[in-house]
Amino acid sequence: MSERRAARQGAPEPSGGHGMSWGLEDVRVTRGRTLALDGVTVPAEPGSVTVVVGGDGAGKTTCLQVLTGLLAPDSGTARRPAKEHIGYVPATAGLYTDLTVDENLDFTARAYRLSGADHDRRADQILDRTGLAGVRTRLGGHLSGGMQRKLATGMALLHAPELLVIDEPTTGVDPVSRVELWRLIAGAAADGAAVVASTTYVNEASRAARVVLLEAGKALASGTPDAILRGVSGAVGTAPGPARPAGPSWRRGANWRVWSPDGRLPDDASPVDPDFEDAVVVAALAAASPSSASASSSPPASPPAREARRER
Amino acid sequence: MWAMVAKEFRELRRDRRTVAMMIVLPVLLLVVFGYAANFKVSDIPVVAVGPGASQAASLLRAPTFQVTETDAAGTEATARARLRDGQDVVAVVTGGSRPLVLMDGTQLFSVQTAEAALGRLARPPGVAAPRVRVLYNPDLTTSWVMVPGIAGMILVFIGTLITSLGVVRERQSGTLEQLAVMPLRAWDVIAGKIAPYLLLAAVDMVFIIAIGMGVFHVPFTGNVGVFAVGAALFLLVTTGMGVLISTVSQNQGQAIQLAFMTLLPQVLLSGLIFPVSAMAAGVRWISYLLPLTYFIEISRGVMLKSAPVSALWEPIGLLAVLAVVVLGLAIVRFRRDLAPSVRASGERPRTPEGASA
Repeated sequence: MSERRAARQGAPEPSGGHGMSWGLEDVRVTRGRTLALDGVTVPAEPGSVTVVVGGDGAGKTTCLQVLTGLLAPDSGTARRPAKEHIGYVPATAGLYTDLTVDENLDFTARAYRLSGADHDRRADQILDRTGLAGVRTRLGGHLSGGMQRKLATGMALLHAPELLVIDEPTTGVDPVSRVELWRLIAGAAADGAAVVASTTYVNEASRAARVVLLEAGKALASGTPDAILRGVSGAVGTAPGPARPAGPSWRRGANWRVWSPDGRLPDDASPVDPDFEDAVVVAALAAASPSSASASSSPPASPPAREARRER
Repeated sequence: MWAMVAKEFRELRRDRRTVAMMIVLPVLLLVVFGYAANFKVSDIPVVAVGPGASQAASLLRAPTFQVTETDAAGTEATARARLRDGQDVVAVVTGGSRPLVLMDGTQLFSVQTAEAALGRLARPPGVAAPRVRVLYNPDLTTSWVMVPGIAGMILVFIGTLITSLGVVRERQSGTLEQLAVMPLRAWDVIAGKIAPYLLLAAVDMVFIIAIGMGVFHVPFTGNVGVFAVGAALFLLVTTGMGVLISTVSQNQGQAIQLAFMTLLPQVLLSGLIFPVSAMAAGVRWISYLLPLTYFIEISRGVMLKSAPVSALWEPIGLLAVLAVVVLGLAIVRFRRDLAPSVRASGERPRTPEGASA
């Protein structure tokens, strides 16, 4: 019996012989007078990772809150399993800083009513996977930022959830820990969980099975990273710095990237095959300036997806 | 420096609760406590019993005394029962060679005022000077009266402040959000959250009473069970207030502010220091909304006067009502924190959920 099935304990059997899919469909949320989400769809398929990527204030957390049931949508559908089968890591620490690593896991196990044997076995596995086995008795507050996020993720995985929702798991975490965290998240999907994670780091999104690019509460693009890449319209080129080239452009290292909606790049720019990061920026630019002519004649000071960060 | 001043004012302008505490609260406290802070007692309730009850009653004049009942058939036992049950503070027993005046020693200021007034009383010719006997606290020892009340005050502090801080800490650290997603009922979370504080407060209560008895020689003459019931209800109210405060506080600083706003009136208006009966009617009603007022009545009644449950049903009942109201409000508000979806949609989530709107 798989770990997930072992922990499912009476959950409804998925229909059609395959895992039930969860997610958001055409969800609209208003917060006060602000439209936080406008017809956003976020698929969450068992065994795969969906990443919601966007800058600060794009609506990522709102998406995840609706998915977990923390927030009710004004319209649209949120499909999720029963609470017993959801694992959630908020953007905050997501653990008790005055409990030890073991005690944090113990609390989670009790909250999800894991049996003693299940708890011990799963806790050992989680500690091995997170690399926290050597600090079991250390207080959560005394762990490094990366270790805290790993512990929080481990706590959310302890009961082998069908749906893992994880809000900005790697923000403020060092590069090595980020790799380890994504390995944990990918491992959860490999075990069969539907994973929905949010991030501001574009490069991290490219590792997902599906990506939803959010900007100001709207999904600018959605699909596999390849599909998003194939959806890049016009032409992307590179131009040497420091002078900013004409037309919509953004910094990539010492050079500029230039996007031309009509395919005609400036003279000083040479064409390049866009990568995923380019595709995300182009999608944001296209959405901000539906008329390519206006984008070309009056480029934004920086891309609308300016908050979305490159991997550091 | 001016940059700092301007920044502070800008921050203060947005921190309305602190501004209210700094400007409105002192004015409010001064007015309320000005009327409440009164050691001069009047209208001391007196019962006169025995064949000379009417004559005795006619001597005890307002504003110091207020004769509540004249019972010619009454005996000393009747008078003692009324004092024990808190119906009167002074009882005049006539019929013997000298009138006997019984006083409730748990009412320090009333007894001091009554003794002084009796000394000034002009007796008609042929009437012997009364014998005065102070019951329950013959030496009018202040600590005997204060310790049962201070025990309550300490428990208000622990129950309200510590509980509110504990719950707000969950919100600040983001773990409240996690709890909301976990398969826990709101009641499980609240009960699990306040049970340890209730237990600790109960242990504290035992320690405080034991120290009061051991160090200050405060007697415990009544029924422990009655005291325990009153204390349990009181602790439920104070921890409920803690949860309630936590639901309207975004951080621990706000929780501390609000907890002190509830603590201060309880210290000054509950009868711990100033007699409730001496307070102006305009502020006395506030006393009747405070749980400490009733706990003090119960603790002094049980510890010093051996008051039975029949004599304390009123404060016990009112504490029970307060417990239901405060805990009920706390649970309703806490549920909203834990299950915002339910609040927003007015529906319980389905399992597995297809929450569509």
